[in-house]
Amino acid sequence: MTHITVTVDGVQYVDQVEPRLLLVHYLREVVGKTGTPVGCDTSNCGSCTVLMDGQSVKSCSVLAVQADGSDVTTIEGLANGELHPVQRAFHEEHALQCGYCTPGMIMAATDLLRDNPDPTEEEIREGLEGNLCRCTGYENIVRAVKRAAQAGVTA
Amino acid sequence: MTSTPVLGDAAPAAQIGQARLRKEDARLITGQTTWTDNLRLPGMLHLAFVRSPFAHAKITRVDVSAALEQPGVIAAFSGADFGAEQGSLPCAWPVTPDIIIPAHPPMAVDEVRYVGEAVAVVVARDRYAAADAVTAVDVDYEPLPPVLDMRAALEPDSPKVHEAGNKSYEWVFANGDVEAAFTDAPVVVERYFRQQRLIPSPMEPRAVVAQWSGDEVTLWSATQIPHIVRFALSAFFGIPEQHIRVVAPDVGGGFGSKLQFTAEEVLAVLISRRVGKPVKWNETRSEGNLTGHHGRDQWQRIRIAADADGRIRGLDVDLLADMGAYLMLVTPGVPLLGAFMYPAIYKMDAYSLKCTGVFTTKMPTDAYRGAGRPEATFAIERIIDELAVELGIEPMELRQRNWITHEEFPFTTIAGLTYDSGNYEAATARAMEMFDYDGLRAEQRERNERGDKVRLGIGISTFTEMCGLAPSRVLGSLAYGAGGWESASIRMLPTGKVEVVTGSSAHGQGHETAWSQIVADHLGVPFEDIRVLHGDTLVSPKGMDTYGSRSLAVGGLALVGACDKVIEKARVIAAALLEASAADLEFAAGKFSVKGDPSASKTIQEIALATFAAHALPDGVEPSLDSDATYDPDNFSYPHGTHLCATEVDTETGFVTIRSYVAVDDVGVVVNPLIVEGQVHGGVAQGIAQALYEEGVYDDAGNLVTTTMADYLLPSAADLPSYQTERTQTPAANRLGVKGVGEAGTIASTPAVVNAIIDALRPLGVADVEMPCTPERVWRAINAASANGGTA
Repeated sequence: MTHITVTVDGVQYVDQVEPRLLLVHYLREVVGKTGTPVGCDTSNCGSCTVLMDGQSVKSCSVLAVQADGSDVTTIEGLANGELHPVQRAFHEEHALQCGYCTPGMIMAATDLLRDNPDPTEEEIREGLEGNLCRCTGYENIVRAVKRAAQAGVTA
Repeated sequence: MTSTPVLGDAAPAAQIGQARLRKEDARLITGQTTWTDNLRLPGMLHLAFVRSPFAHAKITRVDVSAALEQPGVIAAFSGADFGAEQGSLPCAWPVTPDIIIPAHPPMAVDEVRYVGEAVAVVVARDRYAAADAVTAVDVDYEPLPPVLDMRAALEPDSPKVHEAGNKSYEWVFANGDVEAAFTDAPVVVERYFRQQRLIPSPMEPRAVVAQWSGDEVTLWSATQIPHIVRFALSAFFGIPEQHIRVVAPDVGGGFGSKLQFTAEEVLAVLISRRVGKPVKWNETRSEGNLTGHHGRDQWQRIRIAADADGRIRGLDVDLLADMGAYLMLVTPGVPLLGAFMYPAIYKMDAYSLKCTGVFTTKMPTDAYRGAGRPEATFAIERIIDELAVELGIEPMELRQRNWITHEEFPFTTIAGLTYDSGNYEAATARAMEMFDYDGLRAEQRERNERGDKVRLGIGISTFTEMCGLAPSRVLGSLAYGAGGWESASIRMLPTGKVEVVTGSSAHGQGHETAWSQIVADHLGVPFEDIRVLHGDTLVSPKGMDTYGSRSLAVGGLALVGACDKVIEKARVIAAALLEASAADLEFAAGKFSVKGDPSASKTIQEIALATFAAHALPDGVEPSLDSDATYDPDNFSYPHGTHLCATEVDTETGFVTIRSYVAVDDVGVVVNPLIVEGQVHGGVAQGIAQALYEEGVYDDAGNLVTTTMADYLLPSAADLPSYQTERTQTPAANRLGVKGVGEAGTIASTPAVVNAIIDALRPLGVADVEMPCTPERVWRAINAASANGGTA
């Protein structure tokens, strides 16, 4: 067992974990952040995307011990009193149906807009290539990211 | 109770037709979800399955003893350990009297028949310990020859999947004189099409939690069909129905894959009973690709006969449908859902179809978005294009010469369906205008003439489909094991708020929003005052669940019936409160008014409170407005539309790019255009994915080689185009005027894309490309045509 200290959504957690424990399982089963789901086992789908020290990572591809000392933001910590502009844009553009990919998609889009606050449609599509959605055909996800960009997501 | 309760705002404007943002989103965009895998119960144990590495083998020994020594392991069982207790998974659709339905134990006992079939299970304190211990279970196999090709499986010397043979059933349909239609026909075109095997791939993997309390069990499952699962657990596994609660909490997509009654659901219930603790099973994606049911997988031979002017005389279809190793819930019935759709929107004199269900040593197939109808629509829309070439008639012109005109509805097709409504002319005219059909044809001619290395193709799909499953009598006539009704309940709360209980079980479709819109209009209460409950048999004890684009076209009508009953109960009480005759009251916008005296009125919320108090109800009137209704449709629902696809095909690389995609759909009256548009987008995307990307592949030994999302290509945002969608509207012949929409896009889009690819390559001598039309396949088709004297 390894001793780790991780800040998740603004709260510091100190835990003993198996070195092989995936970050996503740490978040879901140790910390209780079940808002971050698991969609595959090969890091293709992106459902488990979270921000680690501000960068999007697929939390199924990070070990909990690698997150030692890091600041992790999950979908549950994104809203700050009111919905984050990307969350609001996903709602307003109907960019989700079943909602399973949505936490990862929103976190990936948030990271995308931090890197590129005014992306073209092609840049949005390329930027979200690592996140799969089976319901929406992506049309409204692209619209939502554009809307969030117009709303000024980093503001 | 001295203060006046808040009784809701004035009657709202009409909700049906408005693009209301979804109620469901609040929890889904913030991570406050209830996916089955989120559930953690005290003492809960985790299951991991030992699965067959062989496509076909005798099991000679299963030894779980070493697994029991592993840390954290509580128990381990083989199939034999459950013996008769584990029974056999049911097939609900014995399509012919002599169909072969093999025994299908949840865990194999003597023989395995596909890679991934469960042979043993480990029960441990956490998912990691369970996964570790799987490798300690020792299983001895005696390999048998796999059976992988449907056509070879029907040869007399083929190894057998089951002792009874490899042919499960043969189902036939004929209407009209097919022989006469083909004899002396000026033109007959025959084609073979392959419907590849698909893996449905909802984003949420399957998950199950079972918990016993005394002799009562609760099963949480990521399922589309909690009510059917409850029935099946009781009917086939001997647990009294009243002791079973099935919960489908938030469910992350299904597309038919969660329209299933699975081995893991049964085993979780049985194992939890054995070990006396709640148990959870959560599949990995690889496990899901191996053992969640697959879709499609048919060979289609289709022949069409026509007169020289293009009039279709007859159609003859011969299908081979791969059942896989066993018949699951509706496995044999899937091709039948397509059998009635081959004639599509076209008039003809005669039609026949034969479908042979074949066993192979692969994962069973079953419903996947469209279930039978995408296959039928693909074949007919592809062969219409081929017929157009043969006749030298422009493909849209050929369709127009044969389709049912809008004046002809209701129209009974040669397949025996009565289409209630439609206007193919209107949808097609609008689609052609949006697409700039004539402009693209002109550009195509110009580019073909100069021998452009990148060819432009135009693909047409003028589709219809039958959905809104289904009239119970029709299901009965097709030997399906259940009905096709749906149920709804309305509970008027004392404060005037409304609880709506629906037997549909949504998993992304937006029922909570759309149902609120329907009830808001019918009861005249605010959208915000309505809560929709579903997916838990304790809350919603009666239902037929969600699949086959049925929720609105069946469940929505049940909702209207329940609203009617609430209003009629309220009318009696309103009459007493207003000291008027019930016959003199009119109900509009949530208010009963005395005819000729609009000042004398009571809102439905006021009546709800008066009913709760029950101080002044007329004699013999029960103090409740709550009402249930069950609706059984008298016909299917027939959405239709015209989808047009323009592809750019690079003849040097075989790479296909979708340049534009226009979808004009007619789904009747639209309750929520935002939700309908989203359904079309997602449906079109899945159909494009069949045309271009997806295929479940088995190797020569029967191993699935597409076990991960790295091997099974689900398209990303970067792979798919932007879609231009619009609607025409011919109301359906039901009280809401609504049709189904969930599967329409998937049914329509696959032939539009493939027709566009073939249209691009036709001048080079290419007449077909097998799906998925990968760059390699397209390139090989071009080169083969060139070698055969094409003009490339």
